[in-house]
Amino acid sequence: MTRTFKGRVVVCGEVRASAVVSRQGFNTLASFQKSLLAKKTDAVCSDQNNPDLYNKPMARLALCMPQSIGSTTGGLVFLTASAMGASPACLLFSEQIDSLAAAGAILSDVWTQNSMPTVDLLGQEFLDYVKDGMQVAVAMDGTVSVSD
Amino acid sequence: MFLTEDEKDILTGGQGETLAKIMKTLVMYGDTFHAEKFVEVTGPGGHLVTSFGISIMSAMFDVMDEIIDAGIRTKTPFTVDPRPIDNKNVPSSLIQMIVARVMYGKQKNYEAQLKKLGLRDDNSFTCTCYMDEVGNIPGRGDVLSWAESSAVVYANSVLGARCNRNSAFIDIFGSIIGKVPNFGLLLDEERKASWVIEVRTSHTPEAQVLGSAIGLKVMERVPYIRGLSKFIGSDLTDDAKAYLKDMGAASASNGAVGLFHVDGLTPEAKDLGEMLIRENAQVYVIDDDEMERVQKSYPVMWTDPDAAPKLCFIGCPHLSVNQLISWTERLEKSLAAGGRKKICVKTVFTAAPDVLTAFAQSPFYGRLRATGARLSYICPLMYMNNPTAKNLPVITNSNKLRTYTNSRYYTDDEICSIISKGAAI
Repeated sequence: MTRTFKGRVVVCGEVRASAVVSRQGFNTLASFQKSLLAKKTDAVCSDQNNPDLYNKPMARLALCMPQSIGSTTGGLVFLTASAMGASPACLLFSEQIDSLAAAGAILSDVWTQNSMPTVDLLGQEFLDYVKDGMQVAVAMDGTVSVSD
Repeated sequence: MFLTEDEKDILTGGQGETLAKIMKTLVMYGDTFHAEKFVEVTGPGGHLVTSFGISIMSAMFDVMDEIIDAGIRTKTPFTVDPRPIDNKNVPSSLIQMIVARVMYGKQKNYEAQLKKLGLRDDNSFTCTCYMDEVGNIPGRGDVLSWAESSAVVYANSVLGARCNRNSAFIDIFGSIIGKVPNFGLLLDEERKASWVIEVRTSHTPEAQVLGSAIGLKVMERVPYIRGLSKFIGSDLTDDAKAYLKDMGAASASNGAVGLFHVDGLTPEAKDLGEMLIRENAQVYVIDDDEMERVQKSYPVMWTDPDAAPKLCFIGCPHLSVNQLISWTERLEKSLAAGGRKKICVKTVFTAAPDVLTAFAQSPFYGRLRATGARLSYICPLMYMNNPTAKNLPVITNSNKLRTYTNSRYYTDDEICSIISKGAAI
């Protein structure tokens, strides 16, 4: 079964990837810190306060969340992950994107070769539906299809 | 966004490819938040959050090099967050020092990049650039391109300046272009409160726990705080400002607060009062029980929860001169009461280099040093990011440090007892 959700494009692009889902605010620095310091490109989540993601890889996956939280270095962390090839395939937000994640998505798009298509305002229904491992397809117009 | 002819020229590459990329970043950022136009950055200077030359951040160094190679500088000199290493004043094992040297192996190069870009001077490394001794103090209504969450919330709330919670690099780019997209906390309407905080404690609430409670509840929303000025006064004295600095930092790190109003105290609340509260604002009552509940909710991240503390950090965000004086008197009194002369846990008080210089000229400097305490300009958070420091049983009175590291939070009174009397934790 495939369900379709329409959001707003922050950084446009087409991508297909498996979903990895945070039901709570995504702490960018805490999540990427360990893998970036160890130069690991699988980007295993190191945020012990996030039971949804802790110890799960995030690289090249469709990272789904309500918003990001935490340090104002967040945008730089996404930029670094993108430059290393350790970034998620795309960023999908149920709520309006926050200023730190927006900066990260835009910095990656403008300053690296590894853009992360980013869509926000997908709604709580999206976050309730999408589960780890589901296949996600992002279209240029912000349409997100989720297949179980 | 509406762009002026000059802004369009920059965006389309008329003033160079790198400046066009900087402008494109800011335009996309503004468009994301429905900014209608750019507004001029004002005030004495920018403030950057990225002060650390972590080797892995190669993308950051590459972008900085590209900007510098294009001959671009910020419009005004800027300050930046604290340095990550101070081996002279902060206790570190040999292995810690080696790892820190490798981890922050690009520090020297990065500081050279900052100077080329417009760093004010070698003493500009602090998260509290708004201290009198440092002097990067925006006025009311100034529009800023700052990042560092604790500085942003202070500038907005206590100084009445206007700044969004910007990410690293957005802060630099706004300082280069001299403009920022006009949205969020730059707008009157967005500075109104959607939460009312009723403080009903029986005594002055611990600033760091109150801020934490507020942040955890309201997240990125603006709170209007009632009932606090009866404890900390209705004038922005040095003590009141220090209290709001610590409360704000906790609210910004435990949540994502960028602006708060305190009834009868902060500038906009004094002028506009409850007109700042939105219709249908939610209410959060904080009493003694709630303060206790919040403090007890903090997880203990130590490998051995019963370990004796080996290190204590006081000063995240960096301390004011008055706070250093107050801690000196407090420690002396507590040591005397316990019949001791020296503290029994290695303790580092952190402050801006210019604040430390000013403090060193006062008689309190020698008195604080006589207790065995140390003084440093370091960022405790950066110290704790060192993998070899993560398992150290570190205590702190900083809720920000607790949030981002394995350190354990205690109130000021508890910290004082632990470090001066060896009180059980």
